[in-house]
Amino acid sequence: MKKLFALVLVLALTLIPAALADAQARTLDEIKESGKLTIGVFSDKKPFGYVDENGEYQGYDVVFARRLAEDLGVELELVSVDAPNRVEYLTSAKVDIILANFTVTPERAEVVDFALPYMKVALGVVSPDSALISSLEELRGKTLIVSKGTTAETWFTANEPDVNLLKFDTYTETFNALLDGRGDALSTDNTEVLAWALENPGFTVGIETLGSLDTIAPAVQKGNESVLNYINEEIKALAAENFFHADYEATLKDVYGDAVNPDNLVVEGGVID
Amino acid sequence: MQDLAVLFKGNNFQRLMGGLGVTLELSLISVALSVVLGLAVGVLMTLKNPVIHALMRLWLETVRIVPQLVLLFLVYFGLAKTFNLQLSGEAAAVIVFTFWGAGEMGDLVRGAITSIPAHQRESAAALGLTKAQSWRYVLLPQAARRLIPQAINLATRMIKTTSLVMLIGVVEVLKVGSQIIDAARYDAPQAAVWIYAVVFFLYFFACWPISLAAGWLEKKWS
Repeated sequence: MKKLFALVLVLALTLIPAALADAQARTLDEIKESGKLTIGVFSDKKPFGYVDENGEYQGYDVVFARRLAEDLGVELELVSVDAPNRVEYLTSAKVDIILANFTVTPERAEVVDFALPYMKVALGVVSPDSALISSLEELRGKTLIVSKGTTAETWFTANEPDVNLLKFDTYTETFNALLDGRGDALSTDNTEVLAWALENPGFTVGIETLGSLDTIAPAVQKGNESVLNYINEEIKALAAENFFHADYEATLKDVYGDAVNPDNLVVEGGVID
Repeated sequence: MQDLAVLFKGNNFQRLMGGLGVTLELSLISVALSVVLGLAVGVLMTLKNPVIHALMRLWLETVRIVPQLVLLFLVYFGLAKTFNLQLSGEAAAVIVFTFWGAGEMGDLVRGAITSIPAHQRESAAALGLTKAQSWRYVLLPQAARRLIPQAINLATRMIKTTSLVMLIGVVEVLKVGSQIIDAARYDAPQAAVWIYAVVFFLYFFACWPISLAAGWLEKKWS
């Protein structure tokens, strides 16, 4: 009992003084001073952010994250985030940057600040060959599997009330649900479904582009200008060496094969044509 | 078989065991704190003082009604946003699970104590035991025996519920499983079944000894 009391006391003494102000994200100078840049990435969304069999983070987003830390001359700490909590990680200042395949939307732009894009996507719909869904009309009245907190969830909720949505927390669960036949089709970014269909015989992307063309960009806490500017300068400077094309070659090419033209996905220097 | 091989690729298996370690560590700390605090809370819950009674009631209803995930988000993100109180995911998890466990455990203790017939207390007093002595030698030992089955139930529920901590960035056994499945999803799409089966056995072997110990205690005391 004495030990427990001491523990509680120590806890209270260390926590109370910290309880002061809002969660303010760190500025670029504070990050440099600490010697560590903290970036939130996916840990189960191959090929963008995942953990390989040796326990190392890999993927398109992770390659960029490493470069951001390297050019800043600091260590990199990667934090595993999931689609539904990406915004929370920024607003609560748990990470400096989110680089988790974050699609830019007006709603999200109200709560976080997006840097220049480094990728572009639309929605895609994948379904089994035996009951292929190739148009939006066919999807109405059917069950569509989506992941919570994604663009697919938002778009279908707002535009297609006749499509029944079956929602899951993580990407792994959504794809497993499709394999198990718990829904008629699955929708998420087209990059994601194209790659998945290529590796899962018996499934085809019946609708390749849906909704508006979206961009994917790094995000920082609202008002964190120094870090935002740093990322934007980096993206512009990296265009000179075609960094994101090299990143595509290293991480995405294996997944999409020759069927996809990299210029349809990769954005260089933040410029959309 | 290629799908099962994923389990032993690289250091996947070690990572899975590491994840189990995180799950067990969080569970054991939380369950231990819950049992200790729960005993005290349970005694408080039997008191007639209206203020204490109302507070305890509020606590118990809170942990019963609010989903654990909401509590985790409140402590991990909410405290950071409102008070700039940056807790690690692990600390937030222990706080939430102890808050939940101690509340529920307290109610179990209260139930066990009030179920002891009044004549036990009266007999203890008649024998000249002080209040503290009657608690120590008469009431608590009997209450403990009635408590075991439900307390075990609570402990195993807590172990299983720790899988929620993946949503506050703590990489525990289920999240490691999810990472392994995803990293192999192009090469071995069926690996999910195997990995989840292994995770199932890991949870089973984490909870089973607790049930065994409970059975042994019940037998010993009956």
